[in-house]
Amino acid sequence: MAAYDLNDDSVIVIIGSGAGGGTLANELCQKGHKVVVLEAGQRQSSTLFHNEEWFAFNQLAWLDKRTTSGNWRVARDFPNLPAWICKTVGGTTVHWAGASLRLQEHEFAAKTHYSGINGANLLDWPLTLAELEPYYAKAEYKMGVTRTNDIPGLPGNNNFKVMYNGATRVGYKTVHTGRMAINSRPRDGRSSCWQLGFCFQGCKSGAKWSTLYTEIPAAEKTGKLDLRPESMAMQIQHDAYGRATGVLYAGKSGGPQFQKARAVCVAANSIETPRLLLNSHSTTFPNGLANSSGQVGRNYMRHTTGSVFGVFKKPVHMYRGTVMAGIIQDEAIYDTKRGFAGGFEMETISLGLPFTAAFLNPGAWGAQYTELLETFPNMAGMWIVGEDMPQESNAVTLHPSEKDQFGLPIPNVHYDDHANDLAMRSYAFKRGAAVYDAVGATRTVEVPPYPSTHNLGTCRQSDKASDGVCNKWGQTHDINNLFISDGSQFTTSAAENPTLTIVTLAIRQADYISDQCAKRNL
Amino acid sequence: MKRREFIKTGAMVVVGTAAVATGVASGLIHDAAAAEQAAMPKLAVLKPDEAQTLFSVTRTIFPHAKIGDAPYWQTVADLDAAAKTEPSVAQMLRDGVEKLNAPAKFSDLDHAGKVATLKAIEETPFFQKVRGAELQTLYSHPDTFKALGYEGPAYQHGGYIHRGFNDLDWLPNPPESASPKPA
Repeated sequence: MAAYDLNDDSVIVIIGSGAGGGTLANELCQKGHKVVVLEAGQRQSSTLFHNEEWFAFNQLAWLDKRTTSGNWRVARDFPNLPAWICKTVGGTTVHWAGASLRLQEHEFAAKTHYSGINGANLLDWPLTLAELEPYYAKAEYKMGVTRTNDIPGLPGNNNFKVMYNGATRVGYKTVHTGRMAINSRPRDGRSSCWQLGFCFQGCKSGAKWSTLYTEIPAAEKTGKLDLRPESMAMQIQHDAYGRATGVLYAGKSGGPQFQKARAVCVAANSIETPRLLLNSHSTTFPNGLANSSGQVGRNYMRHTTGSVFGVFKKPVHMYRGTVMAGIIQDEAIYDTKRGFAGGFEMETISLGLPFTAAFLNPGAWGAQYTELLETFPNMAGMWIVGEDMPQESNAVTLHPSEKDQFGLPIPNVHYDDHANDLAMRSYAFKRGAAVYDAVGATRTVEVPPYPSTHNLGTCRQSDKASDGVCNKWGQTHDINNLFISDGSQFTTSAAENPTLTIVTLAIRQADYISDQCAKRNL
Repeated sequence: MKRREFIKTGAMVVVGTAAVATGVASGLIHDAAAAEQAAMPKLAVLKPDEAQTLFSVTRTIFPHAKIGDAPYWQTVADLDAAAKTEPSVAQMLRDGVEKLNAPAKFSDLDHAGKVATLKAIEETPFFQKVRGAELQTLYSHPDTFKALGYEGPAYQHGGYIHRGFNDLDWLPNPPESASPKPA
């Protein structure tokens, strides 16, 4: 592993080591670039993961204080935990469930297709599916996505059996065990899935793709990566010409240090990325870096989520096996006859007993609730993942008074559900319940959104500099050696789980950065 | 195993399950039979009558007839440990218990009376603290797993690939196109 000098201004600094940062780091290292990755969290490993939900949560989740506002229920249920994402080497690829779906062609042109939705700050991506397809193919190969590259699908578990039978009985056609970045066969030096049922807690079998044990070790092998865990980026600085010069960060050894850089790539997830840009304000850029559009932090999206659990007369044991290897895709279409624009995926989900108790009805107590919890072995579950509308007022902003341990303002996450989101959730709840009713559910339970795992859009891509923060390469419109390399780039959320697209954009961005370096533009 | 910090995240009070594991390992509970008759654990801060009230509160917040006393007492023990670390928690628990017992001794109320009493204070930090701690301790406890039919950690058993991940037999198996055979 490399160790670069703080004054080495030929390194590319990447902030974050998850799907975006971890992938970008490896791609750049493979091309021979010198890379420093600043990761706020500690380095864990499959050996250190635990099949215990609370333990893993405390080990992996980003627990630094955040505040919330807006009419979303998360603000009431989890006022200081708007997002369930990770602070660890590998970022949220340690926690993710593995669902790897390409965005659909029409979803790249949401403004064109969904025009005239009041209050939605819609925009077409500056990209098309055709432009991304070769990179999607690379990402799927890299991640070993099932049902691509001749990789068989995962075997369905009990939770999927219930979903499949219910779905086909109500007439759904596209129902299978999903496109999953979880090995169904040994591949890439990693085992096939053990059906542990603890995908969210860090995969102990290593079957699930995570940058922690794929991209990062591969990058380290090149000798080009200097990975610095427990290093919290505090500020990106710039010179008189408005070019990024490097990153001030709080490292393991205490006091702030400044790492010089040739280019800076921010991949800190959609809350911390805009927070860092906003906290990097200067006399030249009083509203924060790359914020001439005023869009940094805005258009925060988190998918129209929710879950439906069905209770049956006989056991299901939903927690046995791969959590999300089951999908119904028939509703992930553009069809406004349903009363809303955009589509949604229905995916199997399961929680262990500790998190079922925590999330089935947050805040609930008493005999009615415990009676429901006693049906736990007979429950099946699905998660709804739908396209939510970007709204300018849904935003990550800096808290006016509260500061973190480094003296920096903490982020506030404001989210109001759009009428389109509410209509979709209500419809999706009914469809999910219909699936379970079709196979004899004695009861179905509509479960409100968990803290957000899909955080998107706060530094969005746009054709015009006035509409967004970065161009179709993730390069900020204002500062040519400053890049956005995570889900913050998403112009709209689409209906699909975002990780595959984040990885795809990172692979493509690495090509662009490398090319720009070769042309001496960076 | 190091006890984790208490981290307040709004409605949830996040406590590492390390506390649970420590309690179990330290000999509070040896087997199911002992769990049935589990008595008040040794406490550092809470007085016996305070502990008895809190125990009664935990039995009312998440009542499960099929679960013995041990996981509920474990919650009280975890609260006691928190009170030992943070004097403000000790004060909150003490004040909360005192208020609960002011009109009549809480433990002596019938179930409906207990529920009504707690309903009236469910928005208070005291109630949220007890509920949050109980949510984690009770539903992470091996006795609770057993009673409610959850199999817990799977890694040491090799996962469920050979232990029934697809053993549901009351519905037809999906076709292989939807659900391929395991490797």
